[in-house]
Amino acid sequence: MIGRALRARVTDWRASPSTIVRVTRSTPAEDLSGFSVPGAGRGILDVFRYRYLLRLLIRKGTQTRYHGSVLGWTWSYVKPAAQFAIFYVVLGVFLDLNRGIEGFPIYLFSGIIVINLFNEAFGNATKSIVNNAPLVKKIYLPRELFPVADVFIAFVHFLPQLAILLVVVLLNGWAPTAVQIAGVFVALILVLVLALGLGLLFGSVNVSFRDAQNVVEIILLFSTWSAPVLYSFTLVRDKLPQWLFELYMANPLTSAVELFHSAFWYPTTVTSPERPENLWLLATVGMVIAALFLLIGQLVFRKFEGRFAQDL
Amino acid sequence: MRKISEQPRIIVDGVSKRFTLNHTQSFKELFIAWIKRKPTRSTFQALTDVDIRIGEGESVALLGLNGSGKSTTLKLISGVLRPDQGRVLTRGRVAGLIEVGAGFHPDLTGRDNVYLNAAILGMSKPEIDERFDDIVAFSEIGEFIDTEVKHYSSGMFVRLAFSVAIHAELDILLVDEVLAVGDAPFREKCKQKIRELSAQRKTMLVVSHDIGMVKQLCERGIVLRRGEITFDGPIDEAARQLEQSSR
Repeated sequence: MIGRALRARVTDWRASPSTIVRVTRSTPAEDLSGFSVPGAGRGILDVFRYRYLLRLLIRKGTQTRYHGSVLGWTWSYVKPAAQFAIFYVVLGVFLDLNRGIEGFPIYLFSGIIVINLFNEAFGNATKSIVNNAPLVKKIYLPRELFPVADVFIAFVHFLPQLAILLVVVLLNGWAPTAVQIAGVFVALILVLVLALGLGLLFGSVNVSFRDAQNVVEIILLFSTWSAPVLYSFTLVRDKLPQWLFELYMANPLTSAVELFHSAFWYPTTVTSPERPENLWLLATVGMVIAALFLLIGQLVFRKFEGRFAQDL
Repeated sequence: MRKISEQPRIIVDGVSKRFTLNHTQSFKELFIAWIKRKPTRSTFQALTDVDIRIGEGESVALLGLNGSGKSTTLKLISGVLRPDQGRVLTRGRVAGLIEVGAGFHPDLTGRDNVYLNAAILGMSKPEIDERFDDIVAFSEIGEFIDTEVKHYSSGMFVRLAFSVAIHAELDILLVDEVLAVGDAPFREKCKQKIRELSAQRKTMLVVSHDIGMVKQLCERGIVLRRGEITFDGPIDEAARQLEQSSR
């Protein structure tokens, strides 16, 4: 019975005309002021109008993260510590890669947390629409809220790592300049904007093609090695031709990591190791690139958004 | 029935919606389908050239058998879907009782979920603070409001979710098959609340298969059949039309 009904409907689909002539019946004189088109948002700008909901979404994400675990937020300290220990022992002790880098543990850790922030923000933002499928399918909200909330949640989880770093550098006689501290904020904005832009881009593609999240995983795998986290930028400079090295330095993650090195690692060193030239110029270039990705991400997101509810 | 000068709340103007159904999910399947000369995709015409105008304070039922395009129409009005052709316009705040509880998180308490879901439905913090007690009272959750939602019985869950949605600040209420929730006394209470909203000249669009209930709540009925409107008029006549129609 049901089978027959279904088959009957299937033949109907085929029979339905593929094009329908659009007929507009409304009289042109009709006053439509005060009306709005449902589902037409202003993109990422709408997120500011939904500040309160954004705050609740961030709170939900942070509250439920370690739900049901006894140690709870301690895990936010344990995980980076374990990662740091592995890198330190394998790279620093076994491979002796710390040759030429004074205070290698601090160098390593101040770089790793920047990459961790990027990876978590970008990774989560990519999956945010798919993870919120029930909401996206049933209620209209500015969908940008979900990736934006995920980026903020990643930032909240970055704070414990920053706290550990601060304790470590303070124990090592840390005395930064105001410019170096300003660099920290620039680096954070850079990383978050880049992660959001890429997250919007891949997150919207991910709705129709789940391949996107696998592509992102590969990008994340590369990101740790694409920036001078586990080695010094001088190694790259010595090995690569000039133009390739400049390309390497233009990577927004490279400038973010180096800004962190300048702020946290450099003030604790005695021998005043070499720093990249024109770091602030590189940061500006990085910022432009990140902003460009945000723009592209938003445009692609808007393009795909109309299909979210039916493709999920 | 209503003044001619009055602006409608909802305008659906020559709207068509077509869904594309992919039959292949991967390159491998696509390749096999291509070898076998099978179609890789087909389209489903969910709505064809639908015109609806609903005025302020009207309660309208959307009737039709499964797959006739009722829910698609509601989703187009709520903005979840976009029309392929034509346009949809609304005036005022739209709130949907569309599958209540979509935004609930099992690990959060009832209280947190109320705030989260009310915010999802577009309410601000002061508005929620003001109505919080009403929401809890209506849901009859009582002392369990500070318990995690995952420990709720399914009835409690639905009552709370419904209570949040019905207390949302709105001009247009979209109701999709959610009145079948809870026990008989709670259902009665929901109907009472909907009548109250109706008396406040809120616009209502109801999708339900429960003809008896729809007759109590609405004065106008629109019958859809295979994505086309076959009748638009008084509810009793619409119900009769529906009984005679077939898929």
